[in-house]
Amino acid sequence: MSERYPPMLFSVLCFGIAVLYIPILVLIGYSFNSSELVNVWGGFSFGWYKELLHNRQILNAAALSLEIGVVASTGAVILGTLAAIALTRYRGFRGRLLLTGMVNAPLVMPEVVTGITQLLLFVSMLQFLGWPHRGFTTIVIAHVAFCTAYVTITVQSRLLSADRSLEEAAMDLGSGPVRAFCEITLPIIAPALAAGWLLSFTLSLDDLVISSFVSGPGASTLPMVIYSKVKLGLSPDVNALASIIICVVGFCVILAGYVMRRAERRRMLEIQMADR
Amino acid sequence: MNVGAEALTPRRGRSGRELMERYGHWLIILPPLLFLIIFFLIPFAFALKISFAETAIRVPPYTDVLSITPDKHIHLTLSLANYKYLLTDEVYAVSYMYSLRTAFFSTLICLLIGYPMAYAMSRSSKATQNILLLIIILPFWTSFLLRVYALEGIIRENGLLNTALLRFGLIDHPLKIMRTTFAVYLGIIYSYLPFMVLPLFATLEKLDHTLLEAAADLGNPPWRAFLDITVPLSMPGVIAGSMLVFIPAIGEFVIPSLLGGPDNLMIGRVLWDEFFNNRDWPVASAVAIAFLVLLVGPIALYQHYHVKDMEV
Repeated sequence: MSERYPPMLFSVLCFGIAVLYIPILVLIGYSFNSSELVNVWGGFSFGWYKELLHNRQILNAAALSLEIGVVASTGAVILGTLAAIALTRYRGFRGRLLLTGMVNAPLVMPEVVTGITQLLLFVSMLQFLGWPHRGFTTIVIAHVAFCTAYVTITVQSRLLSADRSLEEAAMDLGSGPVRAFCEITLPIIAPALAAGWLLSFTLSLDDLVISSFVSGPGASTLPMVIYSKVKLGLSPDVNALASIIICVVGFCVILAGYVMRRAERRRMLEIQMADR
Repeated sequence: MNVGAEALTPRRGRSGRELMERYGHWLIILPPLLFLIIFFLIPFAFALKISFAETAIRVPPYTDVLSITPDKHIHLTLSLANYKYLLTDEVYAVSYMYSLRTAFFSTLICLLIGYPMAYAMSRSSKATQNILLLIIILPFWTSFLLRVYALEGIIRENGLLNTALLRFGLIDHPLKIMRTTFAVYLGIIYSYLPFMVLPLFATLEKLDHTLLEAAADLGNPPWRAFLDITVPLSMPGVIAGSMLVFIPAIGEFVIPSLLGGPDNLMIGRVLWDEFFNNRDWPVASAVAIAFLVLLVGPIALYQHYHVKDMEV
């Protein structure tokens, strides 16, 4: 394909990319500004980062968010993978349409609606069953519910493109369905599981609206703390915090992409070798 | 009776395995199915129920819809007051229309910016494409909330934009962008542009270029070939991208709340305020149900039939 296109197109592309990146770069730049005033450059400093280390509220919220993220995305990967297998392997079971609907619905459901409905369920459950108390548990359950959708779709597309005959061959050779799944299918869909886990983790880490609804007193996740700080006005330590989160996530995504592409290439190479 | 029991006994040894074969798939289907029914579907029933309740000063803050009287009669008290309130207080109708309008125009602007971007990407070499794809996808992974906050750093009164414009003498007073409708549009476009570019790129990349060459050979100018061939063939991408921007934009809460002014009432923000500031749970539930019926319903129906059309 030729790389010649009108300069107009090229400038729109550059403009779009600039729009996407300038705010983030400026934010990172400001995080090193020693002045508390945003429009004055007071010199380079790590001051806001140091201050972050002593901010109990932010550290606690970060720990809570990470914990919720790990538990919720692990739960979502398990349920999402099961749902993906159910939808691709078992064509005609009762409830299939319902499962398809519930897997796709979170993608179109406004977060405020999901948040309030789930809160009302939790409140009624607490009233009649005495469980769950609003906080860590309810946030994890709510996150698992919407992350499952993303995992299912990621894994489903991978399962659909996977070669089913390998698994059948393993079963013909006498291994049970569980073993065939673990040794043949699982390695094939592993990249999708990893991608689904990462996606769930970032979605969970980023969620403000649903968490705010279902959380209880005392359980403030990182986005909730950031939101209230931003809402109150200027807080330069949020710049430092935001820069750390953005850089860590960006680094992880690039690294994960690189590792997955290499694994994929190696697998292709092995397939070619095996064919020879 | 006895015959039946005898017939069953010899099969006992195999029954475990047979049961597995017959019902084993439910072990895979049931966990996600039950989890989503309990924690995603049933909540809507609760919201529907509580939308018929009335506010009360107690915990939780609403009256019982279903109650059992001492003489074991089930008592059902449905109050339509909340829905009546939604129809009479014009805030709800206004914010509903405002959400629709904002989502529509920001989708349109995203399309106008995203289409040339995706087109330029699709015309690049494979190596450039991979880098550009990463550049477009990366913001999608970084925190949404933090990106909205980062945008605030640019457009606020003493932000980068105003500082730069003042420095160069292009303006005398700082521009007021924050807390305006323009800021809301800017926020939505900035946040959702990648959602528009990616599906557009996916369809444009697969475009058969021999068709364009054929059109050129037949003497069509490039703009004609673009309008007659490229645009119609990229329609699936246009629709997918527009849905991906339009749907989350309608229910958006963070952007109007952080960047918008008091008059930028989008329905998500109204629901939030009703719940957290007024602590009126029944009205908030009624807003959620009405929102679901008026916005999500049509979208879901459209997608349902659209998917069917594509399968046919």
